[in-house]
Amino acid sequence: MNLTLKVWRQANADVKGKIETYQIEGISPDMSFLEMMDMLNEDLMSKGIDPVAFDHDCREGICGMCSMFINGEAHGPDRLVTTCQLHMRKFNDGDTITIEPFRAKAFPVIKDLTVDRSSFDRVQQAGGFVSVNTSGNTQDANAIPIDKHDADKAFDAATCIGCGACVATCKNASAMLFVSAKVSQYALLPQGKVEAIDRVLNMVKQMDEEGFGNCTNTGACEVECPKGISLENIARMNREYLFASLKG
Amino acid sequence: MTLAASSIGRKVMMALSGLFLVLFLTQHFSINLLSVFSESLFNQVSHFMGNNPIVQFILQPILIFGVLLHFTMGFLLELQNSKSRSVKYDSYKGSTNASWMSRNMILSGIVILSFLGLHFYDFWFPEMNYKYIEVLPLDADRYFEEMVHKFQSPARVAIYALSFIFLSLHLFHGFASSFQSVGVNNKYSKSIKSFTVIFSIVIPLGFIFIALFHHLTAF
Repeated sequence: MNLTLKVWRQANADVKGKIETYQIEGISPDMSFLEMMDMLNEDLMSKGIDPVAFDHDCREGICGMCSMFINGEAHGPDRLVTTCQLHMRKFNDGDTITIEPFRAKAFPVIKDLTVDRSSFDRVQQAGGFVSVNTSGNTQDANAIPIDKHDADKAFDAATCIGCGACVATCKNASAMLFVSAKVSQYALLPQGKVEAIDRVLNMVKQMDEEGFGNCTNTGACEVECPKGISLENIARMNREYLFASLKG
Repeated sequence: MTLAASSIGRKVMMALSGLFLVLFLTQHFSINLLSVFSESLFNQVSHFMGNNPIVQFILQPILIFGVLLHFTMGFLLELQNSKSRSVKYDSYKGSTNASWMSRNMILSGIVILSFLGLHFYDFWFPEMNYKYIEVLPLDADRYFEEMVHKFQSPARVAIYALSFIFLSLHLFHGFASSFQSVGVNNKYSKSIKSFTVIFSIVIPLGFIFIALFHHLTAF
């Protein structure tokens, strides 16, 4: 496959970026998108051009690092995949592919296609945990009976890998799907209920302070989420937040 | 952070005021529909709504507050949202993962707000003038004629029809979405979405029918 790539190039957060156009030849349809990017970088380096910076780590759809906005969609045209799981067979020979970083005020560009998603870390630090008694007499978690239905829903929420595709996709750059997944995975379990009120209040407060937009229920986040996190979680967080605000 | 200052609190206010306006719309439609069937019944109900102190001095201010809250909050949230992505995408395919209606609520909202301006100019301001400024004598039989007179202009009927198409688009996303905002996403959500589709087609089309009916049958 021979492709035309329009790639966002930006030296650092303080300078303006722009789209650069590159031609690439000999791409196998069986390659992953990241392998295609590796080939592009080899080609660029052989010509003495600075390679395109992009995030990646596990390359098996778990870490959530690869963060490209490909042809107008987070992680490209495929569904329920990260960029590393996207294969070049989803494109055609001769295609032009536009590759941009995830764009949001709360995700500033570090370089080229890499963005700073530490705003997610700060939201998580605000309450996305269960405080554990480490005195040595902690109860075995398996000794607490949990309804199978709740356990499944908590697990579904916990599959969120924090990649930021929800923010990148949302027309308002809202982080509600991510935050609601983190709130839900604890809200449904007895261990998480103890700190439920503080958790949702603090995490939403941090989310608002980070400069994410407001949710307008377009549902785009759910469609583009590589882990299929449901909008049901956002409704649950709205309930949790209302209850917590009224209670105190 | 107070509830009203948080992103979720503001969304809940949008949702609750929106649901309240849906209720008002249903009530308004029911009364308008009477005009198709009976001139005298329409006059009776209009006279009651226009002169009952509970409707005039309690429900009407609540309604005005609801309208103001809904569009003020809508503009405020839109302003915040526009700041949340300073550099726009070169390529953004919004239509692949979200409906046109959900992505353009501010546009349909502005059309509806502009229509409200015209509607107030047509009916509400003259009504306030009649009752509270000029304090003209009570006339329980004037409402039907006043309404029919307004619908004689083809341009006005066309503007009304166009506005109601945008109202339909606004309701199509907004009605069901309000339930999600207040935390309702469960086994009833599918039924709520189906009801939303029916409501957002039937009510605006009904308003258009009433306007056309009076335009075509006046003479």
